[in-house]
Amino acid sequence: MKIKQISIFLENKKGRLWKALNILKDANINLRALYLADTSEFGILRLIVPEPEKAKRVLEESDFAVKMNEVIAVELEDKPGGLASILKILKDSDINLEYIYAFVHEKKDKAILFLKADKIDETIKVLQEGGATILTEKEVYKL
Amino acid sequence: MIWDEEMECITRDDLEEIQIKRLQDTLKRVYENVPYYKRKFEENNIYPEDIESLDDIKRLPYTTKDDLRKVYPFGMFAAPKKKIIEVHTSSGTTGKPVVSGYTKKDIKIWSEVMARGLTMMGVTEDDIIQNTHGYGLFTGGFGVHYGAQRIGATVIPISTGQTRRQIEIMKDFGTTVMIFTPSYGLYLSEVAEEEGYKPSEFQLKAIGFGAEMWTEEMRKELEKRFNAPAFNIYGLTEIIGPGVAMECQEKNGLHIFEDHFYPEIINSKTGETLPPGKRGELVITTLTRVGMPIIRFRTKDITSIDYDECNCGRTLARISRITGRADDMVKVRGVSVFPSQVEKALLKIDGIQPHYQIIITRPHLMDEMEVKVETSPELFSDDIGEMIGLQKKIGEYIENEIGLRVKVTLVEPKTLPRSEGKAVRVIDKRKF
Repeated sequence: MKIKQISIFLENKKGRLWKALNILKDANINLRALYLADTSEFGILRLIVPEPEKAKRVLEESDFAVKMNEVIAVELEDKPGGLASILKILKDSDINLEYIYAFVHEKKDKAILFLKADKIDETIKVLQEGGATILTEKEVYKL
Repeated sequence: MIWDEEMECITRDDLEEIQIKRLQDTLKRVYENVPYYKRKFEENNIYPEDIESLDDIKRLPYTTKDDLRKVYPFGMFAAPKKKIIEVHTSSGTTGKPVVSGYTKKDIKIWSEVMARGLTMMGVTEDDIIQNTHGYGLFTGGFGVHYGAQRIGATVIPISTGQTRRQIEIMKDFGTTVMIFTPSYGLYLSEVAEEEGYKPSEFQLKAIGFGAEMWTEEMRKELEKRFNAPAFNIYGLTEIIGPGVAMECQEKNGLHIFEDHFYPEIINSKTGETLPPGKRGELVITTLTRVGMPIIRFRTKDITSIDYDECNCGRTLARISRITGRADDMVKVRGVSVFPSQVEKALLKIDGIQPHYQIIITRPHLMDEMEVKVETSPELFSDDIGEMIGLQKKIGEYIENEIGLRVKVTLVEPKTLPRSEGKAVRVIDKRKF
């Protein structure tokens, strides 16, 4: 139910994002989802990849600071109100989100939402009780 | 005008006679009253009576800032504590500061040398001096204050900051002499213009500045902006404070008050004494201090010395403007900063690798200091808020250590140059 996400520290400097992604390319790792958060001086690149341990290793071998953590992947209807319905479940249960990112999914008129909350198990439980479809790692990597 | 013509225009022979007498007296006093010196002299097998000429001074051991710090707080005092009427401390604090203790006579000496220097700048009892140097443990404020009062000028003890108020007072009180650091002076002039004033139309007749490095271009710029000549003041807390050496109207080096402070220039690596005109580290021995005499203090300031008589008529030797340091100290906004202080602050934070770099710039008029710090896998967090908090925490720890607000930039692991031999810790992009 939990999806491994890797976070990479990047300086806000020309070529750093390229360098990180190029290392993954050379290791033949395909990206499933990407989210870049930034401040004026640095950024945090968050990636969902099929082989997170390998991705972490190759990045660390090139001296990147990398952290592995877990997020939840929720499948949404790709239609107005799809995301809002999920957020309502969380709001009603007093769950705070650290961040979310989403992308649409070509094949089946679905969108995928990744969400990071500090109480991950509780969040999963609340989402399931609210009727949300939570994806497994396998399902995410197949996308 | 010359404040003390007899002393400032003395012949070299007469001066040397006074110097050797005072040196011998000082050595006797420190040997008898300061355990540190007694031990140090004995270790070097040298005794006060061995010093028969000024040339013999070379046989005496040096005193470093570290030596002074080791006897913190009052270990160097040569007078009983009840005779000490004032203390000051050095600003650059790598560990403990250096405490300087003054007796009544020391304050009199300080007032006297500052009066000489202010007179060189043209200050008389008719002047109004606005003293923007900080009053407090720092010697800058009080040194100028005592000298100005000795002359009988009016002092405005406004201290640092409150820039708009400074300008208002300059205008309303009719300030004739300003004391500031060059960068603060430039900033003052900018703010004055923004407020609709023309600093060049103020009634200034002289500017005194010190406490940071500057260039001839900076002096010219200041003189143009305020339409007044600017003079350099040199001093250090360990010796007395400002007033060790000051510039006369010739602006061709700073007259060092040799009857109180005996100068030598040495090669800072070999310790060998250098001849006049050669650049090296300035070493000073106090000849009259009562509370805290210092023997052969290594100032780490790089200069040269010129014994030729000055066109102003004074015979006291002149040191050239300080252009560098024999150690890695840098002055940022007038504050002495050692890279080791930054390192000390970083080591207090768990998970931080002491890989850092200090970058000093002067983007506009004021110095800016940036500290680049490497992140490490332990420090890195996926939470932006935590990372910003970390950045803030590092900044606070550094500020605590050096007394200056700095910009902290987190950089990727292993991107800062590693120490092969001596690491480049400081990149000073200012132009001196």
